[in-house]
Amino acid sequence: MSIEVLMPALSPTMEKGNLSKWLKNEGDTIKPGDVIAEIETDKATMEVEAVDEGILAKILVPAGTNDVPVNQLIAIIAAEGEDVSKASNAPAAAPAAAPAAVASPAAAPAVHASVPATAHPDIPAYDASGEIPHGIEMVPQTMREALRDAMAEEMRANDGVFVMGEEVAEYQGAYKITQGLLQEFGPRRVIDTPITEHGFAGIAVGAALTGLRPVLEFMTFNFAMQAIDHIINSAAKTLYMSGGQMGCPIVFRGPNGAAARVGAQHSQDYSAWYSNVPGLLVVSPSNAADAKGLLKAAIRNPNPVVFLENEILYGQTGMVPKMDDFLLPIGKARIARTGKDVTIVSFSIGMTYALKAAEELATLGIEAEVIDLRTLRPMDVDTIIASVRKTGRCITVEEGWPQSGIGSEISAQVMEKAFDYLDAPVIRITGKDVPMPYAANLEKLALPNVGEVVEAARAVTYR
Amino acid sequence: MAVAAKAGSQNKASPGKAGAARGARTLTRRSNGPVALSRDEEVSAYRDMLMIRRFEEKAGQMYGMGLIGGFCHLYIGQEAVVVGMQMASAKGDQVITGYRDHGHMLACGMDPKGVMAELTGRSGGLSRGKGGSMHMFSVESNFYGGHGIVGAQVSLGTGLAFANHYRNDGRVSMTYFGDGAANQGQVYECFNMAELWKLPVVYVIENNRYAMGTAVSRASAQTDFSKRGVSFNIPGEQVDGMDVRAVKEAAERAIQWCRDGKGPYILEMQTYRYRGHSMSDPAKYRSKDEVQKMREEHDPIEQVRRRLIDEWKISEDELKAVDSHVREIVNAAADFATTNPEPDPSELFTDILR
Repeated sequence: MSIEVLMPALSPTMEKGNLSKWLKNEGDTIKPGDVIAEIETDKATMEVEAVDEGILAKILVPAGTNDVPVNQLIAIIAAEGEDVSKASNAPAAAPAAAPAAVASPAAAPAVHASVPATAHPDIPAYDASGEIPHGIEMVPQTMREALRDAMAEEMRANDGVFVMGEEVAEYQGAYKITQGLLQEFGPRRVIDTPITEHGFAGIAVGAALTGLRPVLEFMTFNFAMQAIDHIINSAAKTLYMSGGQMGCPIVFRGPNGAAARVGAQHSQDYSAWYSNVPGLLVVSPSNAADAKGLLKAAIRNPNPVVFLENEILYGQTGMVPKMDDFLLPIGKARIARTGKDVTIVSFSIGMTYALKAAEELATLGIEAEVIDLRTLRPMDVDTIIASVRKTGRCITVEEGWPQSGIGSEISAQVMEKAFDYLDAPVIRITGKDVPMPYAANLEKLALPNVGEVVEAARAVTYR
Repeated sequence: MAVAAKAGSQNKASPGKAGAARGARTLTRRSNGPVALSRDEEVSAYRDMLMIRRFEEKAGQMYGMGLIGGFCHLYIGQEAVVVGMQMASAKGDQVITGYRDHGHMLACGMDPKGVMAELTGRSGGLSRGKGGSMHMFSVESNFYGGHGIVGAQVSLGTGLAFANHYRNDGRVSMTYFGDGAANQGQVYECFNMAELWKLPVVYVIENNRYAMGTAVSRASAQTDFSKRGVSFNIPGEQVDGMDVRAVKEAAERAIQWCRDGKGPYILEMQTYRYRGHSMSDPAKYRSKDEVQKMREEHDPIEQVRRRLIDEWKISEDELKAVDSHVREIVNAAADFATTNPEPDPSELFTDILR
């Protein structure tokens, strides 16, 4: 019975990867634990180890193939005594129940140059509503690369900018956002910290009070709860408490919200928490171009900025303007799609649901206007209100919890400022009011989905 | 700008507590009293400590009159600590502390009028009335607050040292905290990073024996705070924080250690606060005799006064001149703080963002 080797997943969020090389040739004898291939994503490089014994009968995906979907058949191993030629003729079947190989993190940390994403017909166009000068070339880039470039550009421009956090330097970033920064800027400006969020957040804030511009990476914002006292009491309030004398130019950044299958303590969305605090700016981009333009603006801003990223969006490719200095205004929403029937307001990964729902609604003859907030504080309420005055309906979409959420705030603003224009109540689509469960089916139920957004839009448009 | 260290070449190593458990580093501790101050230094220490004492007495009075609201933590009894530290530090060195901060601001040279007007919540206060007793700052005087969350200033002060190290500008961060804050977790997170990165920070632990109402022995497993850095290899010493000479001498040693790029240094200042934790504290957790004994036998100002009279033969008249000069400044600050207007209502929404 031949053994099928499938493309393994390096993380729960990985959907595809590159098969960089084969370490065994067809005809080689394989023992359990042998490294047979190396695969990579833009996040990491991993080795594929054999689990079973046999002879490598057939390599189905050649070395150097990009974007191989997880679970695709990549090779066949003939079991002991089995006819190799027969085994190699086995059809490229559907994924087997149990993969014959596992990804192992045994390989040295990946320190490879970024692989520029190739142009892809699926990449959404970026309409920046006049924010990008006419005629500028747009190039595809992942959000991961865009964030990295934003930091690198600002570090080149200002010696006071430095990056600090856990695994940001030697390891190249837990999510590879700081890839290459240590090599370019050295250990003075790219600083690995011990695992000590409370302490290093305070240190970074203290450095910012003297006028340096730290970019503080939290491995995820879940861990920033240990440091929230410094974000709020030390960073956000000092300018006010000092009567305008002492500012705190710092960026707190990292992935926020649910990744995939990481359980309750690693899946919280803090958007509403930080957006509640005067003295903070809160940014949460949904695409690569916004991520770049807004992170650059955040680093230059003289105030403390909480920059909420999303792990699932890191690997997504978007079109980014090829400019020496691409800056976007903090506090300005983006109309991602125009429509006249219903306004859908979202941000970050919520935009994925919002835009897919808008496409589906279009097939039902409902034209949705989709607003990407981009900045949560200060919130661009004017853009929301202008849209609601046109459509008379409003739906909000976020992965965070419902009570006192971003949607709750939008709903109150719309009620206060556009009450007479509303033809239906505002509906909030949110994560469910539960800690994030681990089980795949429950986790799916806990998050919002496109269907909920479509249903809400139909309800408010009475169709 | 570097301050010459008088690291105990003329001192004999003492078998006392402070010499123990230092790993490779051997520290010396004086056995026969601290290095004497010059006449001018004694006079200036006397004036600076008296300024803090009279200012705080006035603040206490004004609190009683309802002119100061909320929390008000007085520094009376601890004056020698910040004054001695400042005598050893150089221009550009930073100071950061917790909420018992009036003395530190005065010692940093901040305007007594501005401090007092902040206590009364007036527009002429250092934070234009928006900070209050616990929250004042001065970029000009390198005073970084004024922090109300116990222990937070330790991380921030370590961050000031990080910035000095990053800029390689030779400055040292004087990070003050109390025996209470010394039990906060972030203190040890920062000890670790400060030593790991060799940051120029002097951790000044003002051990006034009580964290609010809890005696040190009831809250701390290790009551020798100079040893709190042992597991991080940070040197530390216990200092008589009631003797401004001892404070200055230890401060010089610690600051030089930092300026030499050797990393952080811990000074446990053994001191005492005469008043309650805050104005609302009747201090029933200690006896009146205990307070009385400290006042009579260890008062930091009285010690200097005695030396000025006995050793420097300064006349009572000369001392009175200093006293009345200090009183004038404090009274002028109090007058300003009482007559200065409250902030304009429009100030409510300013200074939130730049």
